[in-house]
Amino acid sequence: MKLKLKIWRQKNSNDKGKIVSYDIENISPDMSFLEMMDVLNEQLTAKGIDPVAFDHDCREGICGSCSMFINGEAHGPDRFVTTCQLHMRKFKDGDTIHIEPFRANSFPVIKDLVVDRSSFDRIQHAGGYISVNTSGNTQDANAIPIEKNSADKAFDAATCIGCGACVATCKNSSAMLFVSAKVSQFSLLPQGKVEANDRVLNMVKQMDEEGFGNCTNTGACEVECPKGISLENIARMNRDFLKAKISS
Amino acid sequence: MSKVKAKIPEGPISKKWTNHKNNIRLVSPANKRLIDVIVVGTGLAGGSAAATLAELGYNVKAFCFQDSPRRAHSIAAQGGINAAKNYQGDGDSIHRLFYDTVKGGDYRSREANVYRLAEVSANIIDQCVAQGVPFARDYGGLLDNRSFGGVLVSRTFYAKGQTGQQLLLGAYSAMNRQIARGKIQMFNRHEMMDLVKIDGKARGIITRNLINGKIERHSAHAVVIASGGYGNLFYLSTNAMGSNVSASWKIHKKGAYFANPCFTQIHPTCIPVSGDHQSKLTLMSESLRNDGRIWVPKSKSDSIAIREGRLKPVDLSEDKRDYYLERRYPAFGNLVPRDVASRAAKERCDSGFGINKTGEAVFLDFASAIIRYGKEKAHLKGLDEDNLSLVKDLGKEVIKSKYGNLFQMYEKIVDQNPYETPMMIYPAVHYTMGGVWVDYNLMTTIPGCFAIGEANFSDHGANRLGASALMQGLADGYFVLPYTIGDYLADDIRTGSISIDCKEFEEAENAVKNKIDLLINNKGIKSVDYFHKKLGKIIWNKCGMSRNEKELKEAIEEIQLLRKDFYKNISVPGSEDSFNEPLAKAVRVSDFLELGELFAKDALERSESCGGHFREESQTKEGEALRDDTNFTFVSAWENKGEPSEAVLHKEDLIYENIELKTRSYK
Repeated sequence: MKLKLKIWRQKNSNDKGKIVSYDIENISPDMSFLEMMDVLNEQLTAKGIDPVAFDHDCREGICGSCSMFINGEAHGPDRFVTTCQLHMRKFKDGDTIHIEPFRANSFPVIKDLVVDRSSFDRIQHAGGYISVNTSGNTQDANAIPIEKNSADKAFDAATCIGCGACVATCKNSSAMLFVSAKVSQFSLLPQGKVEANDRVLNMVKQMDEEGFGNCTNTGACEVECPKGISLENIARMNRDFLKAKISS
Repeated sequence: MSKVKAKIPEGPISKKWTNHKNNIRLVSPANKRLIDVIVVGTGLAGGSAAATLAELGYNVKAFCFQDSPRRAHSIAAQGGINAAKNYQGDGDSIHRLFYDTVKGGDYRSREANVYRLAEVSANIIDQCVAQGVPFARDYGGLLDNRSFGGVLVSRTFYAKGQTGQQLLLGAYSAMNRQIARGKIQMFNRHEMMDLVKIDGKARGIITRNLINGKIERHSAHAVVIASGGYGNLFYLSTNAMGSNVSASWKIHKKGAYFANPCFTQIHPTCIPVSGDHQSKLTLMSESLRNDGRIWVPKSKSDSIAIREGRLKPVDLSEDKRDYYLERRYPAFGNLVPRDVASRAAKERCDSGFGINKTGEAVFLDFASAIIRYGKEKAHLKGLDEDNLSLVKDLGKEVIKSKYGNLFQMYEKIVDQNPYETPMMIYPAVHYTMGGVWVDYNLMTTIPGCFAIGEANFSDHGANRLGASALMQGLADGYFVLPYTIGDYLADDIRTGSISIDCKEFEEAENAVKNKIDLLINNKGIKSVDYFHKKLGKIIWNKCGMSRNEKELKEAIEEIQLLRKDFYKNISVPGSEDSFNEPLAKAVRVSDFLELGELFAKDALERSESCGGHFREESQTKEGEALRDDTNFTFVSAWENKGEPSEAVLHKEDLIYENIELKTRSYK
């Protein structure tokens, strides 16, 4: 395959940045998108051009590092995959592909396609945990049976990989899908109910302080989420938030 | 050569850990506030250790090269975590888990450590559930289990195919709580560049900020290395792209012995290599072997027909298939340990029965499991058990609920539907049992420097059983190190904070800066990946699934030459004071180029076969691994003397008082 790539290049957070075009040949449809980027970078390096910086690590769709906005979609045209699992067979010979970073005010660009998502970490510092000591003197794991349905729903929320596709996709740069997944994961389980009120209040407060926008129920986040995190989580968080606000 | 002593406590094995905990020295809560601990790596071992140390009151500084501790590669572990809970009532016990792990490791692990691991395993599950880890449950609301290779009970707890992710998020949430309290200072996108020793003790590290290239000094009273394994030595592995040996290697060069470097796990069920562009390999969880049956055609002509696309695997009748694991190992069948399954796949493919274009793949087939589950479901719902298409649909639903994400991952990568046609799999490098040598307290041969999780060597011997890595990482981090480190730190309560303005820090920092200057200014003609790929090829071809004297000797020479070529011809683009991934990679590959040689040297020295280490010179008539207990019942602990070729071998004798050394049989 022969492709034209239009890639966002930005030296550092102070640089203005611009789109630069590159031509690339001999791309196999069996390559992953990031392997195609590897080929490009080998070629750029050989020509003495600074390679394109991008975040990536596990390359199997679970670490949440990779974060490319491809042809106007977070993680590209395929559904339920991260960029690293996107394969070139989803493109055609001669295609032009636009590649940009995950853009949001709360995700400042570090270099090229690499963004700073530490705002996600700070939201979780504000309450993304159950206050239990790691001493091992906890009760037996089977002491509290948990209804399978709740356990499965908590698991579904917990599969969020924190990549930020939801934020990058949202026209308001809202982080509601991410935060609601984190809140739901705990509030659906009996262990997490004890401090559920404080958790949702604190995490939402931090989300606002980080500058993420509001949710206007567009639902684009759910469509682009590589892990299929459901909008139901947002509805649940809104209910939890309201309940907590009234009772506090 | 000398003998290394592991400081294993006296007494019967079931009392050792309890007695040790009762007798080791403690640091009072007031004094813990005066003590700093550095933790490098935030996977299951590092994350859980950082959280627990901070909770106990120590001031923790944690470092990871990823942009968040939650992205450490433990996150990619799929199948599950073992614990001797005996919830299934199938006769499991601490002793059985201990026995299975020692046997699975082919009698090359340390009894006392493995027993302790089995002992604390049950606590891990309690702990994780309390933290909100959503393990799989049955309809009664209780925890579910499945079975893994090399054992005859169901003791594996799981969260679909994302167990590592859920456990790591648990450890990360425990870290978040301590970060919020100010007890953990978290340094993301930081790479450890060297260890700093003062008066022979580990007192700090030099790091590089991966965003702006700044070289920084960090001091502490103890340093914990939890940076994982070195599978990326092979270039292609199931490790993350950033996984590296550098932290372990730096401490090795400063005096920590490196143990059994050649003990590598080649995992039997990975997606086969598709071409030269390949950057990494993807694992298909061992849990799939609960329900998947592994086969190749009985006749070579059928294999060739499948390869060339003339025959579909589903059209080949049962009597023409060779379910070779079930044939060779009737007792364990498809659930033999990983080393055995991998070698059996290689044997079939080397004999010409491989089924994909490259001839290096075998089938993992779910067709019979789909029918079995489908009939069960149909019976349960009172539907027609003889309606094949209905049964298949019901069976697929069950398989989807168990392995849905794995099947989806396979389909995305290979572009085939594994519900309809069998998966193609082949062995790939997955885990390294070898690592930094540690004593019973998990301390390396450098006082004050500890190693935990995959970075150390002690628990898995020559072959790790499935679902034991997560268990060991969390055992070390939550329940072992936080106790044992106190014994060492009890001497440091009056030391006061360690200054970074001393010659030891300055020397280490200068050495790091010089190395980076050297790499950046070399302006050669070959990229980092060129060297990494070449090194990987040497190791895979000559020190891979089977090894012999001639090729190991060749490998050593080739790696030496490649290392020379590296320093002559390496080209690193960009500058040192910016985000520069090729530079970070060049540093990592330079360490792999040294480790690779020691790896081959260790494999050469150990002329027996054991676990994942298969020496062609040492095998039975049936081609099974032949151990040599008379000459090799020891841990090889290598001391650095400059070049890897000069490394000196020390031995830790392995003494089996509770388990009889036997030939491992899964037949």
